[in-house]
Amino acid sequence: MSAPASPAETGGTNYLNATHGIGSWLLTRDHKRIGILYLLGISVFFVLGGLMAVLIRAELATPQGDLFSSDVYNRLFTMHGILMIFFFLIPSIPAVLGNFLLPIMIGAKDLAFPRLNLAQLVPLHDRRGDDVRVAPDGRHRHRLDLLHSDVDELRPGQVIVTAVGIFVAGFSSILTGLNFIVTIHRMRAPGLTWFRLPLFVWAHYATSIIQILGTPVIAITILLVGAERLFHIGVFDPKYGGDPVLFQHLFWFYSHPAVYIMILPAMGVMSELVTAFSRKRVFGYHFIAFSSLFIAVIGFLVWGHHMFISGQSVVAGAIFSFLTMLVAIPSAVKVFNWTATLYKGSISLQTPMLYALGFIGVFLIGGLTGVMLGTLGINIYVHDTYFIVAHFHYVMVGSAIMGYLGGLHFWWPKITGRMYNEFWSKISAIVIFIGFNTTFFPQFILGYLGMPRRYHMYPAEFQTWNVLSSAGATILGFGYLMPVVYLLWSLKFGAKAPANPWGAKGLEWETSSPPPVLNFATPPVVTEEAYAYETSTPAKEVTVGV
Amino acid sequence: MLPNSPVFPPVSSTLASKVDLLFFFTVGVSVLFSVLIVATIVAFLVKYRRRHAAETGQEIKGNTLILELAWSIIPLGLVMISFFWGAAVFFESSRPPADAWSFHVYGKQWMWKVEHPEGKREINEFHVPVNQAVKLTMTSEDVIHNFSVPAFRLKMDVLPGRYTTAWFKATKTGTYHIFCDQYCGVDHSKMVGKIHVLEPQDYQKWLVGGASAGGAVATGGELFVAKACNTCHRSDSSARAPILDGVFGKSVSLADGRTVLADESYVRESILSPASKIVQGYQPIMPTFKDQISEEEIVQLIRYIQDLKPAGAAAAPAAAAPAAGGKS
Ligand code: HEC
Ligand SMILES: [Cu+2]
Ligand SMILES: [Cu+2]
Repeated sequence: MSAPASPAETGGTNYLNATHGIGSWLLTRDHKRIGILYLLGISVFFVLGGLMAVLIRAELATPQGDLFSSDVYNRLFTMHGILMIFFFLIPSIPAVLGNFLLPIMIGAKDLAFPRLNLAQLVPLHDRRGDDVRVAPDGRHRHRLDLLHSDVDELRPGQVIVTAVGIFVAGFSSILTGLNFIVTIHRMRAPGLTWFRLPLFVWAHYATSIIQILGTPVIAITILLVGAERLFHIGVFDPKYGGDPVLFQHLFWFYSHPAVYIMILPAMGVMSELVTAFSRKRVFGYHFIAFSSLFIAVIGFLVWGHHMFISGQSVVAGAIFSFLTMLVAIPSAVKVFNWTATLYKGSISLQTPMLYALGFIGVFLIGGLTGVMLGTLGINIYVHDTYFIVAHFHYVMVGSAIMGYLGGLHFWWPKITGRMYNEFWSKISAIVIFIGFNTTFFPQFILGYLGMPRRYHMYPAEFQTWNVLSSAGATILGFGYLMPVVYLLWSLKFGAKAPANPWGAKGLEWETSSPPPVLNFATPPVVTEEAYAYETSTPAKEVTVGV
Repeated sequence: MLPNSPVFPPVSSTLASKVDLLFFFTVGVSVLFSVLIVATIVAFLVKYRRRHAAETGQEIKGNTLILELAWSIIPLGLVMISFFWGAAVFFESSRPPADAWSFHVYGKQWMWKVEHPEGKREINEFHVPVNQAVKLTMTSEDVIHNFSVPAFRLKMDVLPGRYTTAWFKATKTGTYHIFCDQYCGVDHSKMVGKIHVLEPQDYQKWLVGGASAGGAVATGGELFVAKACNTCHRSDSSARAPILDGVFGKSVSLADGRTVLADESYVRESILSPASKIVQGYQPIMPTFKDQISEEEIVQLIRYIQDLKPAGAAAAPAAAAPAAGGKS
């Protein structure tokens, strides 16, 4: 690494070698170790979900349904969605990087409720067991945006297992949010005022608000589905006089904000990466911080844009479309501010920065197609086609995973105390970017041609674009495999990481890599704003010409 | 252009060109926007690349508020254009003109049934006259479906227990896809049909001439696909309905314990009143095709079923992908 390495005492004990044995890990209250446990857990689910994606793309390479029966195909895409959303994307940045870094970034020893933090991990693993067990045979489908509470028949026993699982998991999600919020309020180091907080922390604060407010709604919905299946009270199922559209309302009331649970933390990572690799104060700190909060609030008022053609009144449609347009603005503001941060920076294209640039690329496409989807006159045509599939993969897979991988590469030296191979990590960032776009861009074209989503078979004239997409998926698959290899490799053979390999600002870079059990040798005191790069060396004064 | 891959859907209704224009507007603005941002970023990356390891960025002084406001308000203005324009197209698409002919559409796992104003019925086929506004009143017999005709940019959910409406005015004759766009169970991807836009005089001819006047249906095999028999009766799975390959001439055990010989009259009865003789081990889910199928067609179907060899010996037309439709 060419970055200036501030001298650090990497020897001695740290959180990794302080205690030994499986028990010391599974019962740990150390937020850093809990972050590692999450990392292991979600990586397994990412690989499983990825394998399913490979099977789906293999099936779709030809118009006929020749690899699987329709039933198996339907289960595959359902499981792919459930695993990727609930077991990978939602926990990814908050549970791994958030758990690990949030206390360190604010100069605390731990989260406010360390025992709660461990406790919430247990039901999560538990819940995973349930879902993997229930989903393939029980058609545990209503969780995802599959929107057909009326299609599947859950047996009563499974309803109870599932409802309890989701309920407990829901509480775990609420408790995580609470834990983060209380920690941010109560445990900041002396001198760390609100507007000195890193933007990563602001993003997690906004995410936590969504988790606390949104999760109860999905829990109630699940409870109602359970009651309906068990006691045949008509709520959602037309068989008993219920209204399936009501289910859609409740479902999206949670699930639209859930999209921001996935993307806001990635935006938080972005702010850290862009500042660190241009060694410059972030442009528009307050605007980025408050845009997260704005998104969290307005995000609750746009759920109806998933239902423009579900028989909702045209006036309701117009209102939801309007609010959707508003929510696009804070996202645009963030992109502009990141771009402006580069201005007069000292930009280095190390691996995490490549991911950050990749994020901007795919987020532009994902966000702008989101505006198109919010436009009523376009939505009524492309709704439920591959256009939607492409859009949400650009936002969730493209942007959120770019953010996650960028963050993982940025903080990997801090987490593990090792440097990874720079050449291979750059190659993989590029391969992922190319593979991702080859996979999903053709799906926009397919969508505008009218190919419906969740089709096992399709008319032959759509084949060329599908073949291209499947080819892209192969490239993407290799791209995602590479980090697995070189990151694991680095654990054994990587060079020892200095405390601050990137020359970055932030409390986490002031402690050793990996950090000691209590995070800091001496409790830190904060004397400057976040990202105060320019003050560390005398800089010429420059003015923006506005 | 690649023969097998259109790049743009057919533009065949009054709504289609309006949706396309709006779409091109948003794509144009988006591309412009993206190019500007990407070009700026690339320029910065080159100009401000790190030159030595200890270098840091330079502080920007001055009032940045104007900049922040500018890049909030300009995009806001653009998305508002998109909003109002989109809402105008949407309102128009949801108000059928007064002179529209009224058709009924029923969604059912996994087929579309259409009833013409005169009472004529079709399954998975839909004949309409060109340049005539058509209003659809739709409902579902089971779960939520979605009636979609890409060539018309037409799409509407079809809900159980209530009516939804949609309308279109076709502008070009031809044959186009009907898709179900809402996931509705196992054979969702087979809930497809064809919409045939005919010249008014051809439509009248078709109306009086019986279902075969559409021209395409000639043999029992085609009928078997056209009437959606193949969505239940497949040669690779007996999950929903009995495999018909080789059944003709054999004896069949019924749910009530009787056995019958599968002959012409049995097959005819199976098609017209399926509930009267239920095959053992199956649910009585087969719909009646009474009034939707002519006597000639029944005979063609019987001939076809008669011809089906036991598993593997003959290729059934089941699971055929929908053929290419429309022209671009
Ligand atoms: C919704 C699914 C469905 C559709 C569509 C359907 N069938 Fe059936 N069919 C069944 C089922 C289930 C049975 C067995 C139960 C019964 O006898 O009603 C059956 C039974 C039959 C039988 C008797 C089979 C035997 O083994 O004795 C014949 C013949 C038949 N169908 C022909 C047709 C034809 C011809 C069509 C198209 C015009 C058709 N079916 C469409 C579901 C379907
Ligand atoms: Cu359907
Ligand atoms: Cu469907």
